[in-house]
Amino acid sequence: MRRIISILMENQPGALSRVVGLFSQRSYNINSLTVAPTDDPTLSRLTVTTIGDDRKIEQIIKHLNKVVDVAKLVDLTEGSHIERELMLVKVKATGAQRAEVKRVADIFRGDVVDITPTMYTIQLTGTEEKLDGFIQALAGTTILEVARTGVSGVARGEKILSL
Amino acid sequence: MLSGGDMLIRALHDEGVDLIFGYPGGAALHIYDAIFNQDKVEHILVRHEQAATHAADGYARSTGKPGVVLVTSGPGATNAITGIATAYMDSIPMVVISGQVTRDSIGSDAFQETDMIGVSRPIVKHSFMVQNAEDIPAIVKQAFHIATTGRPGPVVIDIPKDVTDPGETFPYAYPESIKIRSYAPPTKGHSGQIKKAVEILMSARRPVLYTGGGVVLGDGSELLKQLARALGFPITNTLMGLGAYPATDPQFLGMLGMHGTYEANMAMSEADVILAVGARFDDRVTNSDVSKFCPNATILHVDIDPASISKTVTAHVPIVGPVVPVLEEMLEQVKASKIKIDAEALAAWWKKIDHWRERDSLGVTPAEGEMIKPQQVIQALYKVTNGEAYVTSDVGQHQMFAAQYYHFDLPRRWINSGGLGTMGFGLPAAMGVQLAFPDAIVACVTGEGSIQMNIQELATCKQCALPIKIVNLNNEALGMVKQWQDMQYSGRYSQSTYADSLPDFVALAEAYGHVGVRIEKMSELESKMKEAFAMKDRLVFIDVAVDPNEHVYPMAIRNGAMSEMFLSKTERT
Repeated sequence: MRRIISILMENQPGALSRVVGLFSQRSYNINSLTVAPTDDPTLSRLTVTTIGDDRKIEQIIKHLNKVVDVAKLVDLTEGSHIERELMLVKVKATGAQRAEVKRVADIFRGDVVDITPTMYTIQLTGTEEKLDGFIQALAGTTILEVARTGVSGVARGEKILSL
Repeated sequence: MLSGGDMLIRALHDEGVDLIFGYPGGAALHIYDAIFNQDKVEHILVRHEQAATHAADGYARSTGKPGVVLVTSGPGATNAITGIATAYMDSIPMVVISGQVTRDSIGSDAFQETDMIGVSRPIVKHSFMVQNAEDIPAIVKQAFHIATTGRPGPVVIDIPKDVTDPGETFPYAYPESIKIRSYAPPTKGHSGQIKKAVEILMSARRPVLYTGGGVVLGDGSELLKQLARALGFPITNTLMGLGAYPATDPQFLGMLGMHGTYEANMAMSEADVILAVGARFDDRVTNSDVSKFCPNATILHVDIDPASISKTVTAHVPIVGPVVPVLEEMLEQVKASKIKIDAEALAAWWKKIDHWRERDSLGVTPAEGEMIKPQQVIQALYKVTNGEAYVTSDVGQHQMFAAQYYHFDLPRRWINSGGLGTMGFGLPAAMGVQLAFPDAIVACVTGEGSIQMNIQELATCKQCALPIKIVNLNNEALGMVKQWQDMQYSGRYSQSTYADSLPDFVALAEAYGHVGVRIEKMSELESKMKEAFAMKDRLVFIDVAVDPNEHVYPMAIRNGAMSEMFLSKTERT
């Protein structure tokens, strides 16, 4: 099952490599990874999406908790949550394709953030699934480049991840 | 005002360190100069950095105090890696200080530069790169705190050379305590879980206590003894746990697992309740197919590391906590429990176990003539040393024979590389033990394969006048490899023999300034060993020619249940 794990960790050199290293060392999957400092500059928030059965996820969480730099973590997929990812797609847009690409982008509430006479750069935010859906919808066109940030997220309601 | 180098050594002293093991080199020279200028921290010069880590490891295992290592950058650091990995796998508290190239040359592929933090990352509990000399006291404090608390482990401190520059000085103060907000090891077990575990334990009909290295590391042996006696249950130890419960006690079934006794493995296999304490259901215990492992047992698992619980075998009652407070609470609850142990069921269980014991799975059939069986060497060692020696071992058949035939009654006496299985561990580990306990009998049980992996340490032993007794079970082959080749590869001895090129160990020992003794006849075994051990102030290399065709038994059958074992070359369960 797909899981989203959000981690608060020390914003220290080496902390990221310890977390990432753990995944490769124990042959756990990383589907996406995003990391940046929080409002507290001494803390970074890292969000990783991974796949595994309950047993594997339990081990991943236990091992993450053992990393000395990791202060706190939550499996967002355990409860209701909000997840978002941002994607920038460069698509070939000439002739009849130009209008079609714009129409698909509008349907997905994407924004055209840059244009040239032959292409659009479209910015889209949403769940991983929505972003995948958009790429599928563009199947008839020529995709030139895709840049995705990876998933970030928070729990719904009053639940917070902080120290 | 102190330089970075002086601060480091001063901080070690303030941390209570009086002995470190190391080897100098360019990036560590400022630190070595700081060592020269003081007399509180003693430095032992090894002959290879791997040996420094094993010696520190032996020191740590035998004393319970953290071992400390100092090496230079590049090859000094990478040579230490095997020893760090060894300590990591067996959860040994250790602090390894490695020199590093200067800050401005890091990343430039400078002479003797290695990314030590990166290279060591998967095999350390934590690591620090010192960026500023002012941080040294706090980093040293944190390193020792992390290495010694919770599930212990090695910590690396990598120090760029310019940080230790004697030309720059800083104010020094050693912190009294330290708080790391992201690090909080458990301090006690969950009372509700302990209660649940005790209820299950008291209602058991075929219980077994299965305890491991965690009991030794957590100094829980005394409590374990009290608990086992209060319950009257059979108990088995893992390879790492030997000595945590007295081997000569009637409740003790011997070691379990791949080369465990018949009675220990049978009892595990038929148990209805297993209380695991500080043991991690390693594949050398469970055998590779965990679905066949103790299918009818309710598993109660006490460990300080939550990641060790339900990793391979699902625990029905997990208890996360240090061994002492958890066992204390368990013992109290056992004594206060309203549930009465079913004495009839327990007696029937013991009867069954005694029946298994009758099989005498560690019985040794003497060879014909004067040929010495390796098991007999350990039996003689046990006798000659009155079971009181600190025994270190290398890895292979001799290690298993030592584990099976030297009956450890005390914790921290059996010192071996259980997790990583590092050949070359025994002799340097013995140095650490002998330095910690100068008057104790320290025996290094080894083989002619393993001893050659760190043989250069005979020179360190000479320099430090360490009267270690090396007991070399010389079967002229890599015995355990050969055993597997016999059992699984139709006796094709691929790269496991070298009889034509073995050194004369007696001459070799003498070349290093020690005493060498060769034993070839069974009739001389005990008397010559006695003579060797009587040389209290000398290192004696006892080279014993043993039966080259002997196998270690019992041996678990691959992918089988715990009850499936080979008991000799011709018998299996």
